[in-house]
Amino acid sequence: MTALSALIRRDVRIALRVGGGALIGVLFFLTVVVLMPFAVGPDLALLSRLGPAILWLGALLASLLTLDRLFMADHEDGSLDLITMSRTPLELACAAKALAHWLAAGLPLIVATPVLGLLLNLDMVATGAVALTLLAGTPALTFTGMIGAALAVTLHRGGLLMAVLVLPLSIPVLIFGVAASQAVIVGPMSFGAPFSILCALSLVSLVVGPFAAAASLRHGLD
Amino acid sequence: MTLIDLANPTRFLALTARVLPWLAAATVILLTIGLYQSALAPDDYQQGATVKIMFIHVPNAWLSMFVWGVMSIASLGTLVWRHPLADVAAKAAAPIGAAFTFLALLTGSLWGRPMWGTYWEWDARLTSVLILFLMYLGLMALWRAVDDPSRAARAAAVLTLVGAINLPIIKFSVDWWNTLHQPASVMRMGGSTLDKSFLIPLLLMAIAFTLLFVTLHLAAMRNEILRRRVRSLQMMQASQKAA
Repeated sequence: MTALSALIRRDVRIALRVGGGALIGVLFFLTVVVLMPFAVGPDLALLSRLGPAILWLGALLASLLTLDRLFMADHEDGSLDLITMSRTPLELACAAKALAHWLAAGLPLIVATPVLGLLLNLDMVATGAVALTLLAGTPALTFTGMIGAALAVTLHRGGLLMAVLVLPLSIPVLIFGVAASQAVIVGPMSFGAPFSILCALSLVSLVVGPFAAAASLRHGLD
Repeated sequence: MTLIDLANPTRFLALTARVLPWLAAATVILLTIGLYQSALAPDDYQQGATVKIMFIHVPNAWLSMFVWGVMSIASLGTLVWRHPLADVAAKAAAPIGAAFTFLALLTGSLWGRPMWGTYWEWDARLTSVLILFLMYLGLMALWRAVDDPSRAARAAAVLTLVGAINLPIIKFSVDWWNTLHQPASVMRMGGSTLDKSFLIPLLLMAIAFTLLFVTLHLAAMRNEILRRRVRSLQMMQASQKAA
């Protein structure tokens, strides 16, 4: 347990300090959202209708793009080998690393959502709904994306290939995240059904992600 | 004869060399009968002659999912049993599966043009098959991106299995998304059980296409084994020249 909490604390600290780059995700998120009005026009009514979708797409891209280096830096300085060889199960270590990444890169996205909602002409309730669905859904993105990050380090390839492989897997999260936020804003659906499924997706990926990532690390590193 | 006996590539090549001509002949015969029966099938009272697209479309769609199942079993073979030919099987199946999926999409969209009035409809089934197609392409890109086959095999195996878990979830969520956005805009075949005059040709075509897949898959596996041999011979030659 202490090993895992030490791992989480170390990862968060590295991500937040110089060279970490966790906050670049938020900056990217902001940039994507700011680009949108230039693409669809500064029509506030249209923007508020598209708002949840834009915020979700931005968060999806931001959290996947920052994941690229989840294992890469550890592989370069050799600490990944130590983690693999330690007595802590690799699955748990992977889960801890993903959790740390979510704390450092995922939570700031949710904190930034109200500000971005303001830019997109979303009212208080709508912004709250989007923030809540992001809170429930981004763990699923992180834990699914972790599989891609593990493959990236074992194959020495990252970037576009991983995005192509992992993005289709995140379609359910996107569907239910946007559906739950839209249910609050325009109705007539109930908020509960898509939101519970979103939580379920996060829980499933919490189980599947670490196992798949650990399997690909164990088989791939040499 | 068990699966382990086939672990030796030379034995596998010898066996498939004997089996393949028979398989190919059976495929051709069944395809001929199936196509003939499909041509004889009566026109649908609503759809007219376009209903015959079904005899090509449905087997392709069924194989597009079946091939992912074959790849998942082969991936288990790679990761769990370390069967030496499992990754060859997985690699050879991916492009064939992608081709079947593409044909299912293509025939579906050709069928959709007269029926729905549009080539593409964001219908639940079409959308989830399109995602399946994207995942096939991603896997093929992964195989091509890595030069060491065994390394690529393990990565592809993990991804195939994750995909196998995810595909039903994606299918379910796309269904849900579709009913949310456009309720009942798509006309279906009346929800009726198929008449015998349609069912028999359809089953024949399904069996014929499955045989076609088995034949193509075994041939592709042979090609892959030979390709790897050529590659290792070339590398040996290059290292001898260097020395």
